[in-house]
Amino acid sequence: MIPEIGHLALILALCLSVALGVLPMLGTYTGQARLIMAARPLAIGQGVFLSISYICLTLAFVYDDFTVQYVASNSNSALPVQYKISAVWGSHEGSLLLWVLMLSWWIMAVSQFAKSLPPIMLARVLSVMGLIAIGFMLFTLLTSNPFWRYLPEGASEGADLNPLLQDFGLIVHPPTLYMGYVGLSVAFAFAIAALLDGKIDAAWLRWSRPWTLVAWGFLTLGIVLGSWWAYYELGWGGWWFWDPVENASFMPWLVATALIHSLAVSEKRGLFKNWTILLAILAFSLSLLGTFLVRSGVLTSVHAFAADPERGFFVLVLLALTVGGSLLLYALRATTVASRTVYSFWSRETFLLGNNVLLVIAAIVVLLGTLYPLLLDAFGGGKVSVGPPYFNAVFVPLMVLLIIALGIGLLAKWKSIETNELTQLLRSPLLVALVLGVSFPFAYAGEFNASTALAAALMVWLIMTTWTDLKRRIRHQGWQRGLRQLNPGYYGMMLAHLGIGVSVMGIAVVSHYEANHDIRMAPGETLQIEQYAFTFEGTRDITGPNYVSVQGVVKVDEDGEFYTYLHPEKRTYNARNQMMTEAAIDPALGRDIYIAMGEPLEQGAWAMRIHFKPMVRWIWLGGVMMSIGAGLAVWDKRYRRRRPAKTSAA
Amino acid sequence: MAMNPKRKQKLLILLSLLAGVGLIVGLVLYALSQNINLFFSPSDIAAGKAPQEQRIRAGGMVREGSVERASDSLKVRFVMTDYAHDVSVDYEGILPDLFREGQGIVAQGRLQANGIFVADEVLAKHDENYMPPEVTEAIEQAHGGQAPTAAKSGE
Repeated sequence: MIPEIGHLALILALCLSVALGVLPMLGTYTGQARLIMAARPLAIGQGVFLSISYICLTLAFVYDDFTVQYVASNSNSALPVQYKISAVWGSHEGSLLLWVLMLSWWIMAVSQFAKSLPPIMLARVLSVMGLIAIGFMLFTLLTSNPFWRYLPEGASEGADLNPLLQDFGLIVHPPTLYMGYVGLSVAFAFAIAALLDGKIDAAWLRWSRPWTLVAWGFLTLGIVLGSWWAYYELGWGGWWFWDPVENASFMPWLVATALIHSLAVSEKRGLFKNWTILLAILAFSLSLLGTFLVRSGVLTSVHAFAADPERGFFVLVLLALTVGGSLLLYALRATTVASRTVYSFWSRETFLLGNNVLLVIAAIVVLLGTLYPLLLDAFGGGKVSVGPPYFNAVFVPLMVLLIIALGIGLLAKWKSIETNELTQLLRSPLLVALVLGVSFPFAYAGEFNASTALAAALMVWLIMTTWTDLKRRIRHQGWQRGLRQLNPGYYGMMLAHLGIGVSVMGIAVVSHYEANHDIRMAPGETLQIEQYAFTFEGTRDITGPNYVSVQGVVKVDEDGEFYTYLHPEKRTYNARNQMMTEAAIDPALGRDIYIAMGEPLEQGAWAMRIHFKPMVRWIWLGGVMMSIGAGLAVWDKRYRRRRPAKTSAA
Repeated sequence: MAMNPKRKQKLLILLSLLAGVGLIVGLVLYALSQNINLFFSPSDIAAGKAPQEQRIRAGGMVREGSVERASDSLKVRFVMTDYAHDVSVDYEGILPDLFREGQGIVAQGRLQANGIFVADEVLAKHDENYMPPEVTEAIEQAHGGQAPTAAKSGE
């Protein structure tokens, strides 16, 4: 019964979305206030029904309703309850439902928090989002319905959730990432509404900005969580593979990063408005493209799960309609929202434009590398894969340029700055960055290394330029008062920029100084890496709720003194008889010790993977800083200012 | 009619943008051509289509009973097949969890003159029912029909 309620609720949510997509939009053209006013209740309605639908699917999982096909393929009565709840998005159908759920929550949020938007604008924004919801709900119902039953007789036991997904990472990673992906639809809807309206004013930008920042913050956090999860769960100690599925989330991130900067310029200076609109369209289009790439199975990926080409076709049609339609609208209307403001070359505007261009180029570069195998195959050029060397070769130089431009842009002023003044400001950051950068590899490892020196220089450059800007801002008030009067947005920006430096540092250090040993270890054998000695003391058997496990016992000594025991595991999950590696990690800010078991060899020996990863945590720490930075910026008073009650009641 | 200065400036900006984009696309395509790995099936390799001593990808099923391990290192040799032709693969390191006899895999590495494929990376997938599309297709081509193990899970 519960699955049927869920199914019905999903259909009702679809009906309400159709109404939301059509009626308010119609009303804005015919001038019927009642239709315009219908937008908010319809938005709430579809959100409520979709939530009911989602809860019903979750209940089917929690109560082990294996007559539901999706539950039977992805759950098991022995599965711990937190994984039953997260198993809802463990496979295609449910993750799609989660996608739509997130969208409907964003729609509800917009309808609630954007009350002071002019009613026509709000109606159009909600209508556009309703149209997107229609597409994805139809997709769910027609091609990937999670409520489908095995009748008359269902399975008595479920096939269990893929063991890789029985993990904290799966609980947090997909919802966070989807919040980001789907959140970009808000900026998109705002952009379309502005194009329909023909004018983008400061108010519009102020409305659109916090939504985009929130979405960007979630997207950043989602990518970080994904990277961290892959690192500890896949059992091979990598944190980024330039895999199509990763690129699928990274491309919208790059464009969304450009978008939040371009929005800042548009709001503060009234410039780049057309460009901002285009970025908003592109960012959401790329997140749809990402959904297509992940869901269609057209690309070979280490993260690929079994997928269905027909579903891919459906997403492709959705993608073509959304991208094609919005770009057509853009081409027809964009010129009408042009702006006229002057700025000289040596100005913050120029460098933010540079930032945008670099980020968009980076996104294009990743896009080309990701789609190249598809294109080549389509034109009969054979099956190829594009490896990490390509991405590193083109991506790293772009990021170096970006960080250099970031520092200069930070110290340049709006409109224009005297070149003398700018060089004066840049001199000491540049000097300190060079000196500390070059000396870093000597201090850290005793010998010179170009890549870590460069990374250290870039990080110091970011710190120093941020510091210089901060000093300049509060020079008249003194520290105490000065720091207090700076707005949260400024602190958010500082934190996010420093986060980039922290990530870059982590990436360079771990890539260069990591020590990875894959070796055969018999009980009693010892391996020495840096100051650590690893002694394999044998294995013991362990029984978990839905798996049995062989646990390795590895004693770790630091400089000859006992440090700790680490217990990597090799699990075999009962229901699928699938093997899983559980890495044992001793994390620290300065270095991770990472041990994973390979396969059993003769005489009690095991293939062991023992990795020493200096500063690997910095990569994710930097990402978390960026994400918190976005949160701080949203907190800014500017965005919480409400209009007088009479307009918000409208 | 002479162009007005504003138009001229716009045209200039547009042209330089186009040139910039063209340059980047050119560079990217060059970088791509240096860093792509072509895929070959065991039948392709048997037919001599695959280049030697160049990094390529090869994929197929791991033949039942073919996995041999060295007793003192992580060296392993197995046979990869599309059920029409076989190719021997050498690898040293830890194999993925889902590497099993009878499973589809994709390996990256170099083909030696003696016909042995020396892999530096062996990929099996997250999902036991998943087959790399290249492998499915290779087997279908070798047999002119369906792959023996269906590639779709009942997700």
